[in-house]
Amino acid sequence: MIKKTAAQMSAALSSGEMTSVALTQSHLDRINEVDPKVKAFLHVDSENALAQAAKVDGERAAGKKLHPLAGIPLALKDVLAQEGVPTTAGSKILQGWKPPYDSTVVSKLKQAGVVILGKTNMDEFAMGSSTENSGYGPTFNPWDLSRTPGGSSGGSAAAVSAFEAPIAVGSDTGGSIRQPAALTGIVGVRPTYGAVSRYGLIAYSSSLDQAGPFGRTVLDTAMLHEVMAGHDPRDATSINAAVPKVVAAARSADVKGKKIGVIKQLQGSGYQTGVLARFNESLETLASLGAEIVEVDCPSFEFALAAYYLIAPSECSSNLARFDAMRYGLRTGDVDGASAESVMNATREAGFGREVKRRIILGTYALSSGYYDAYYGSAQKIRTLIIEDYKKAFTQADVLVSPTSPITAFKIGEKSEDPIAMYLADVATIPVNLAGICGMSLPAGLADEDGLPVGFQIMAPAMQDQRLYEVGGALEAALVSKWGGYLIDQVPALGGAK
Amino acid sequence: MSSLSRDDVAKLAALARIEMTEEELVNLASQFGSILDAVARVQELDLEGVKATSHPQPIENIFREDQVQSSLTPEQALSGAPAQEDQRFRVPQILGEAE
Amino acid sequence: MALSYDDVISKYEPVLGLEVHVELNTESKMFCSCSTTFGAEPNTQTCPVCLALPGALPVVNATAIESTIKIGLALNCQIAPYSRFSRKNYFYPDMPKNFQISQYDEPICFDGYVDVEIETEEGPKQFRIEIERVHMEEDTGKSLHVGGTTGRIHGAEYSLLDYNRAGIPLVEIVTKIVPGTGKYAPEVAKAYVAELRDILRGLKVSDVKMEQGSLRCDANVSLRLIGSDVLGTRSETKNVNSLRSVERAIRSEMIRHAELLNEGKKVKQETRHFQEDTGLTRSGRSKEQAEDYRYFPEPDLVPVAPDAAWIENLRSGLPERPSLRRKRLKEEWAVPDKEMAAMINADVLDIVEATVLLGADPTKARTWWLGEISRIANEKEIAISDLSITPSDVAEIVALVAAGELTDKLARQVVEGVIAGEGKPSEVVAKRGIKVVNDDGALMAAIEKVCAEQSETADKVRNGHIPAAGALIGAVMKETKGQADAAKVRELLLKHLGQG
Repeated sequence: MIKKTAAQMSAALSSGEMTSVALTQSHLDRINEVDPKVKAFLHVDSENALAQAAKVDGERAAGKKLHPLAGIPLALKDVLAQEGVPTTAGSKILQGWKPPYDSTVVSKLKQAGVVILGKTNMDEFAMGSSTENSGYGPTFNPWDLSRTPGGSSGGSAAAVSAFEAPIAVGSDTGGSIRQPAALTGIVGVRPTYGAVSRYGLIAYSSSLDQAGPFGRTVLDTAMLHEVMAGHDPRDATSINAAVPKVVAAARSADVKGKKIGVIKQLQGSGYQTGVLARFNESLETLASLGAEIVEVDCPSFEFALAAYYLIAPSECSSNLARFDAMRYGLRTGDVDGASAESVMNATREAGFGREVKRRIILGTYALSSGYYDAYYGSAQKIRTLIIEDYKKAFTQADVLVSPTSPITAFKIGEKSEDPIAMYLADVATIPVNLAGICGMSLPAGLADEDGLPVGFQIMAPAMQDQRLYEVGGALEAALVSKWGGYLIDQVPALGGAK
Repeated sequence: MSSLSRDDVAKLAALARIEMTEEELVNLASQFGSILDAVARVQELDLEGVKATSHPQPIENIFREDQVQSSLTPEQALSGAPAQEDQRFRVPQILGEAE
Repeated sequence: MALSYDDVISKYEPVLGLEVHVELNTESKMFCSCSTTFGAEPNTQTCPVCLALPGALPVVNATAIESTIKIGLALNCQIAPYSRFSRKNYFYPDMPKNFQISQYDEPICFDGYVDVEIETEEGPKQFRIEIERVHMEEDTGKSLHVGGTTGRIHGAEYSLLDYNRAGIPLVEIVTKIVPGTGKYAPEVAKAYVAELRDILRGLKVSDVKMEQGSLRCDANVSLRLIGSDVLGTRSETKNVNSLRSVERAIRSEMIRHAELLNEGKKVKQETRHFQEDTGLTRSGRSKEQAEDYRYFPEPDLVPVAPDAAWIENLRSGLPERPSLRRKRLKEEWAVPDKEMAAMINADVLDIVEATVLLGADPTKARTWWLGEISRIANEKEIAISDLSITPSDVAEIVALVAAGELTDKLARQVVEGVIAGEGKPSEVVAKRGIKVVNDDGALMAAIEKVCAEQSETADKVRNGHIPAAGALIGAVMKETKGQADAAKVRELLLKHLGQG
């Protein structure tokens, strides 16, 4: 059951072949079986999940018209507020906090009847590329348990990759959906900025954050994308326009005559041989399907990483100021003679991890008077240049492509002592966030040198998300045909797989 | 090479209300050199005349009607409070003065 | 050495800067839909946004924008075609996000002015106060300091926080520096705040009650030697809760600065707190250690770009400027300057106008409000507006007197009764049985009775000693329980005694 795609599960539920309760239970069993090794979940919400599943079964039996994803289990990155359920953002500073409200994304999932299995692990406050920065220990890559699944949405990616859930929600600020998708051999999409409501998404970098879908297939991902996206009056940066028809695009999946732009700056040295090999093969595959491959030049992309590591820490230094032990979350140091100030200082010291502190300090510095223009101010200007480079490139191509990550999944501990090495993991994904456009990573195969998954990244202009699914769907179909199945079918067995 | 001293980091930590240990201050100061070099690349280009982007989408004038909608109950509002008294959030003595 | 004010102004000239915060009277908060009602139970008007729960996002209140633009227009400001919100970052428990959403380099209104006029020995003087900017921001929560002796923050053991007020819209009005007021600095400042208050009240965008905190004033003062163009160090004074305090605070700061400077000491750039009881200021937070606010554009909000048509629409809907209105009323009512000033000082202009609009004669309306009713308010130590007598009541009383149904003296009893809560004028008249005795027969009966009882005094009058009639009139009034018209009594009495 758990090896089916979400689309297949949906059909099975519709036909009465199985119940949502049974489907949910088999996923809970799978979690019990493999999560002690994978550690994708921070909190498994069996009671609520089974109750929701039963509710959907009841409604279906009563003949009520249901959403295609009703009764389908899902894993939720712990960055989204879910009423009454522990929500930590991967941080000790929120240990035990139960939100008194639902994020809009969760409301939409509940409205569609999706079964939320639990909250998944993540890099603390979404800062990281390996999930090693979680305050609760790392998550392990189902392809090789000695390696990271990427980050910051590593828990959600691993859960889908390990068949603990067919679909999952993550968030992507600098690549945190696409990069883990690439490293775990699944599909991940970062929708256009403003397409998915950020109300209830615990903020890291407000002008870059966006929640998005994971799935094992392009179609599954599209189905979840359509549930999550939409205008929200509670989010002033939310786009008031119709959700692009991504499911239809995933189904039609035609690239004949489409121009595919390869970004000159996002390949070459620093990219693993096996990564480049699979990338180039995918280009050939697309060409064979009738697409035209062109090269585009985006010179400002060279500065994208630097701009990102100024903008994101600056915004986060401000966004994380609210964690001060006064109204919610951790409080330490409240001893005799303590002051509010000393309790604040002690709590933030104890509750935040190393990377979070590093970025808060960097952001505080970049915003300081005297440094603003040179750092934050300049970074925002680089952002304009990146937007212009994309605009120009999109006049030459319908979508732009690159390898998602320069490297395959790295070993736990390999990069955790070298912040800059870790930051480089996002070099190909970051430009999308700075420009506010959309991007997808889908499996391109395994790297020869290590047998680990490689991701192919597709980028499209703002609110043209359907192009991602059009091109991704076509590539996927061709590769599935070549492999005789989805790439994820090749993931090592973790336990008694059903 | 741009860099921060341990004291510089201490000042920033104070601004950010994080009580760092001596070890943390020293470590951060040593890491900051390479981090600042990496991010200082944003100064390499001639950005004269380039406008800054703070919002990726060109949206303007998003407002809401001046209407009251139901709020949280006091129980919900205080549900996460580390300490409370008389339906208010209780915090240790505040040393500084209000703005 | 304690200086006198004259000592100060003979050597120095003051430079002022005034920052006024106005709490808008919108239904909901600036960035969320919580109610703004004053006085609710603690933490009953909060939500994820104003509590700054993780994941919450702000959305701007449309009416708050409108009110702010109206304020800018009324202050002769330019309205920015494009303005943005910024984050002002600092930590304080009453500010849930630990940053305040405010405006920094792109305020919504800028470059305006307010003209004020003050009374001096040399006659009225005009001053133009230039406005630097008008911008929007949000209010903080309220803290209660527990333990300690004064309820103040120093020495408190702990604090209790109520976030009902957090997020209520605030408009900040900042003047450019105001030189050239000389010895009139305190009066000019007071007049400016009073004028602002009147303008805001006319716009109906705020309750503007300084005692309730919906209008707050911070006064900045510095001194420089007369003739110098080097600015002195300024101090900022907060906790200025009334118009009178504005005047007192500035005067006291000028003296304090001068005393320091005369002794060769430096004025510290700091925030001070005004103390009502002493009229002096107390040192607060040192501004030299002021935090770096690290302003940057608020990423959760999009820019405000009001279109020109909308602004013109708001401009055409503005009410009459208070100074123009005052001029018009003065002419319409033919009121001498001194009386006009008295009405303005006693803050009864609106109430008198309302009474006149209900048909009362302006002079009579003014006399009642400034006279008897003011007296009663002072006795009870409350504001005139807090008495339970309305313009409609006063208009009715004036009409009754004009119709001869009440004498002035009886009318005073009616006023008393209305204020005491006995009902409207007609009800008080009925309840108390107040009636002018107009019946000549009844009056003559009383007159004859009194003249018979006081025959010696009556004779005096008969013999031409008119002043003696006073005692007789008094006795007749007593006889008629004060319900006779004294003038009528006098007329009839004198006639009766052969002197009419």
